[in-house]
Amino acid sequence: MIGLLTVAVLLLMGIAIWQINNIYQLIQNSTSNKRDNSQIATEKDNDTQGKLMFAFLVFIYIVTIYCFWAYSKVLLPEAASEHGVPYDRLLWISFAIILFAQTITQALLHYFAYKYRGINNRKAFFFTHDNNLELIWTVIPAIVFFCLIIYGMLTWSNIMNFNEQDEDAIVIELYAQQWNWKARYGGQDNVLGDANVRFLNDYDGRNSVGIDSSDPNGWDDIVVTQEFHIPVNRKIIFKMRSQDVLHSAYMPHFRAQMNCVPGMITEFSFTPTKTTAEMRMNADVAAKVERINKIRYNKSKELIAKGEEGLDSYQFDYLLLCAKICGTSHYNMQMKIVVDSEKDYNKWISSKEAFSSIMQ
Amino acid sequence: MEGKKDKNPRIRVKMDSTEFGDLLNDGNKSSDFHQEHHHKETFITKYIFSQDHKMIAKQYLITGVLFMGFIGIALSLLFRLQLAWPEESFAVFDIFLGKWAPEGVMDPNIYLALVTIHGTIMVFFVLTAGLSGTFSNLLIPLQIGARDMASGFLNMVSFWLFFLSSAIMLSSLFVEAGPAAAGWTIYPPLSALPQAQSGSGMGMTLWLISMAIFVASSLLGSLNYIVTVINLRTKGMSLFRMPLTIWAFFVTAIIGVISFPVLLSAALLLIMDRSFGTSFFLSDIFIQGEVLHYQGGSPVLFEHLFWFLGHPEVYIVLLPALGITSEIIATSSRKPIFGYRAMVASIIAIAFLSTVVWGHHMFISGMNPFLGSVFTFTTLLIAIPSAVKAFNYITTLWKGNLQFNPGMLFSIGLVSTFITGGLTGIILGDSTLDINIHDTYFVVAHFHLVMGISALYGLFAGVYHWFPKLFGRMMNKNLGYIHFWITAISAYGVFFPMHFIGMAGLPRRYYTNTAFPYFDDLADINVVITLFALLAGAAQLVFLYNFIASMFFGKVAEQNPWRSNTLEWTTPVKHLHGNWPGKIPHVHRWAYDYSKPGQKEDFVSQIVPIGENEEISEH
Repeated sequence: MIGLLTVAVLLLMGIAIWQINNIYQLIQNSTSNKRDNSQIATEKDNDTQGKLMFAFLVFIYIVTIYCFWAYSKVLLPEAASEHGVPYDRLLWISFAIILFAQTITQALLHYFAYKYRGINNRKAFFFTHDNNLELIWTVIPAIVFFCLIIYGMLTWSNIMNFNEQDEDAIVIELYAQQWNWKARYGGQDNVLGDANVRFLNDYDGRNSVGIDSSDPNGWDDIVVTQEFHIPVNRKIIFKMRSQDVLHSAYMPHFRAQMNCVPGMITEFSFTPTKTTAEMRMNADVAAKVERINKIRYNKSKELIAKGEEGLDSYQFDYLLLCAKICGTSHYNMQMKIVVDSEKDYNKWISSKEAFSSIMQ
Repeated sequence: MEGKKDKNPRIRVKMDSTEFGDLLNDGNKSSDFHQEHHHKETFITKYIFSQDHKMIAKQYLITGVLFMGFIGIALSLLFRLQLAWPEESFAVFDIFLGKWAPEGVMDPNIYLALVTIHGTIMVFFVLTAGLSGTFSNLLIPLQIGARDMASGFLNMVSFWLFFLSSAIMLSSLFVEAGPAAAGWTIYPPLSALPQAQSGSGMGMTLWLISMAIFVASSLLGSLNYIVTVINLRTKGMSLFRMPLTIWAFFVTAIIGVISFPVLLSAALLLIMDRSFGTSFFLSDIFIQGEVLHYQGGSPVLFEHLFWFLGHPEVYIVLLPALGITSEIIATSSRKPIFGYRAMVASIIAIAFLSTVVWGHHMFISGMNPFLGSVFTFTTLLIAIPSAVKAFNYITTLWKGNLQFNPGMLFSIGLVSTFITGGLTGIILGDSTLDINIHDTYFVVAHFHLVMGISALYGLFAGVYHWFPKLFGRMMNKNLGYIHFWITAISAYGVFFPMHFIGMAGLPRRYYTNTAFPYFDDLADINVVITLFALLAGAAQLVFLYNFIASMFFGKVAEQNPWRSNTLEWTTPVKHLHGNWPGKIPHVHRWAYDYSKPGQKEDFVSQIVPIGENEEISEH
């Protein structure tokens, strides 16, 4: 593919240079100030360009088909959260509609360009307007968009208007800073203690998310770094905070994203439906991991040949990334998310130390 | 004031210039209107501090489009190299980035700066000032039948403020700690705190000053356009006889006047926060081991203010391009534009809706989800007038007699990318779907196609079409064809695959994807994109060459090379101050009587009176 493209680039550049030379010659021959119409499209130009327009339609179709064929495999695997299923359904319905509209309109546009390419002495059809036609293409998109709007709004309010008082939900704070993430659990009482950046320097800076030690709710809070665990099929309510600049907590496999804004607490909620282990068994994920490891293996060989260290092999994990520009290491602000069974989750969380151990 | 045609204007001018040389400066060499006002123009009054709208249009074209455009595109090629071959050493980085690329490897900070300045230059300097500045200035007086803008002086001031703001923006590339690097949207606190990012020091100060001046320039320009269109139309040029270009420029100027001041206020408040310790946008910040004093502000407020301009801005960029396209597609199809009134209505509808959709940039900013529903509703509404425009363009081609000059190719290209990019807007405008593709490459692909590429195509179409009016010469058509086809192929080559990277979950503005093994299999796609981007960049050199060569050596143009109806083609090829040597022509019909039955030619200029048995075209 790349070889082919390089050849195409060189070829086109060659043509460009040749044409530039041609025009230079022409300029040399005629710098007289006589008016001339040689730079206006002739019948022959219309013919060539009209045919190229048709070829371009074919090109657009080929690019579309090629991209779907070759790149579908890099897309995100099936959603790992409850609301991700209706999300994906809405996404693919919208895609079906826009691909349909795209195929038809591009065809009409380029086919008309080809079909009606100019011929000398032919007169165009004088056609100023047609209210019926215009009504049709105002009303049809309006109906389609109206349905999409209703469908989208319903899905949106289902996702965003979650019950905050849900006893069964686990509350987790995602805490963003340049350039890492921390997660805080409510502990035994599942209630997050008050927090503010003004407490960050307490306890020699070990109060890493600024918990207010005068609020008893915070004493049993648990702060973790590098990775956080959540149990499968339990609703999670995320509360997002940032201590410095805007960040965005992006968890693509769960179809979840929310900005982290200094000075305020933002929220998002989802219910994970697939454990990390289950997701690793997913056929798409397994194929992707295999591809990635092949790429990494080849890269490692090159690196080792150069006397550098090779790359580790990769296994799939859910990710929390930063999606809002936040400075130098924006590109490397990550945290691993592990979706466990309820049992494993309880085991993991009970091994973590609460804030009270720092307070002593 | 308007005298008879003089047999030998040169002698008359010479006489006038000796008599009135120092009184007024709107004289010219070959016209005999205002003959009592002539004086000899110096180089400075003609080429530098010119008040002539045609010269100012050229000044905008050369500074805004050619110069700033060249820089904007070059910056994008630099960061595309880094994205395709991350952390590799390139000699070109070493040369252009110096200390920001130790041993030729790009530094993450300068990557963000390049992205930021590329966005700023392309959106504001090239596509706002360059596009509107060139074509509103050139075409408004010429197409409505006016001698010049309502205020030539304000017009001149507007250009020079733009020039100053360009100079300041470019100078920020050379400051010690680097230029602004917080993204072109400059969200605080990142843009407010030098501790957060090196580019938020002097670089950001210069960015803000430059943009404040830019807003002033834009306002002066827009007010001038509005006043000129309202007041200076020639006799017979009723609103519904105006060409669609003028409608587009007029409405664009109005939304500019409504929304740009809000950007200025956002910039001023940000300057206050940065320099005078206020807390409009900042609260509860801990950075570099220190709690800052800011309390009570909100970055979300800035987002509201920014996008109150930022979204109409998209249409400030796009509407003039659509206006230009309407004109060129009608002329080159030798057919009236289909549904003229629907086109006008959709321009107005788009402009109105554009000011109430800004929240779709903020679905997941932390604002109330209910607002998300409201903005989804208004956003998807805007798709309706856009669809009407697309269908009307297509119908205009139907049963036409298409003349494929380069301007026409770019106009059809615009319709194509406008559809492709517009359709993905249906996905992004839906608050639900935005959750998972917000701030990914899907967004980058979408807005580049729908506003970047489309507006650039409109710009190129305009340059090819009105080059004869700007410089009295023709651009070379074969180079134009080459320019179009390479650009069209590479534009889709760049942005089509980019949607897939975004849907794979890759956030934008990442210096490299290698920090996440999960994205390793996107590396090949990034290489493809960069190769197409380099190809597209090379194609622009063909245009640059064609432009400069044709300016000096191009074939001398006929008066009306495209056989067009509009008034600008009734002026002489050679520019003269005041545009028409004699009286301003009166207008008797709309601008789109192409291939009208019963007429000898396939075009009827707007200045031709309605014939005895002729039906007035109902439109």
